Amino acid sequence: MADTPVLLVGTRKGAWILTGDAERRSWSAEGPVFLGHVVQHLVADPRDPSTMLMASMTGHLGPTVFRSVDAGATWTEARKPPQFHHGDRLGRSLQRVFWLTPGHAAEPGRWYAGGTPQALFVSDDAGDTWEPVSGWNDHPLWEKWSMWPEDQTPDGSMLHSVIVDPRDASHLYIGLSSGGVFESVDAGRDWKPVNRGVAVAFLPDAEPEFGHDPHCVRMHPQQPDRLYQQNHCGIYRIDRPADRWERIGDNMPPEVGDIGFPIELHPRDPATAWVFPMDGTDVWPRTSPDGRPAVFVTHDAGESWSRSDRGLPSAAWFTVKRQAMTTDDADPVGVYFGTTSGEVWGSVNEGEQWSPIVQHLPEVYSVEFTRV
Amino acid sequence: MRIRIPTPLRSYTAQSAYADADGATVGELLADLERRHPGIRFRMVDEQNQLRKHMKIFLNDEAVRDLATPVGPADEITIMQALSGG
Repeated sequence: MADTPVLLVGTRKGAWILTGDAERRSWSAEGPVFLGHVVQHLVADPRDPSTMLMASMTGHLGPTVFRSVDAGATWTEARKPPQFHHGDRLGRSLQRVFWLTPGHAAEPGRWYAGGTPQALFVSDDAGDTWEPVSGWNDHPLWEKWSMWPEDQTPDGSMLHSVIVDPRDASHLYIGLSSGGVFESVDAGRDWKPVNRGVAVAFLPDAEPEFGHDPHCVRMHPQQPDRLYQQNHCGIYRIDRPADRWERIGDNMPPEVGDIGFPIELHPRDPATAWVFPMDGTDVWPRTSPDGRPAVFVTHDAGESWSRSDRGLPSAAWFTVKRQAMTTDDADPVGVYFGTTSGEVWGSVNEGEQWSPIVQHLPEVYSVEFTRV
Repeated sequence: MRIRIPTPLRSYTAQSAYADADGATVGELLADLERRHPGIRFRMVDEQNQLRKHMKIFLNDEAVRDLATPVGPADEITIMQALSGG
């Protein structure tokens, strides 16, 4: 039985695999894996944790996906990495694989990948070969929704937060940064925006149908009608079938604000979520507000938030990217995050106390939990 | 024809600095290189047959980006990467 806790860490310069003891207090780091490669996302398959996929590129070489079927011991490249069709109607070429999501439990071998430009790809053989999801990539409104061909963010527009409803494999959400949140109820053949109620401070229209900038969207696994969103313009929750997001970030301390990249959910309690705020004032430094890094947690679905910084440095200027925060499956829940300054921090008690797990890595892009 | 391979691509050539390929154009050489070393071409050339921005291919001393460029048996091909990153 797989019971050893493992953190999969993707960085700007390679990947590291952190193996913990049973108490999750002592961790050993193995790596770098693929030193020098930009690892945007490293994810284990919950249906088969020995299978892991890595979204990779380098400064020179094109994007690809590496696969391991032995829990990270060895890696091989996908035989056909995510890519558009030759002769694509817009002449698109994939610049980056940004996000990886394992498919539904009833669809073993299925994975989704989001990229730059904001395209969606699917694999049905555990990531070995990939095809474009035409229903999204060739949707009649794709150019409008993704604001093609302009890059909307400094690092390029990206498709992220590919979410599969555990009740229904054909019910999907995706996030476009920027572009907004979109939903499909027919396995990706058609899509509609789900952005009402979300602020968009960088567009003239106060409430456009799309064009928003979700940074990270999460669905609660045990209450899949509930989604949380850390947006460029605040923290939100929605309980479907409602179609309007509620800005629960208004309940954050005003001196901290509700800007950030990640949001993570308690695996069993749909009312508990963690965020890592960053400074979104002035020229948007995207550092810890006031140089005081802290996680904030809500236990009442965003009605109130409390600061969680015991053990964290009192003065530091890092932040946490959208894939770089995660939780485990233990009780109490472990919460983990990786920083732009190359550290991974963890808490074995839901954020009561934080401890450094590893330091001096390259900039951390992603942290994911698994057991092997 | 012998092609010089830069270090970022040598994981595809068993760390060899040179690889053999046959063809009458740069594109045909790369296609044959792909047959012999699967995966190597897509890291250099995107799905629309465009040489990736930071890759360079020298035909003798001349940088070429057009994959239809003809090559002859006496030519030397060097694949290089541009200076980028940090």
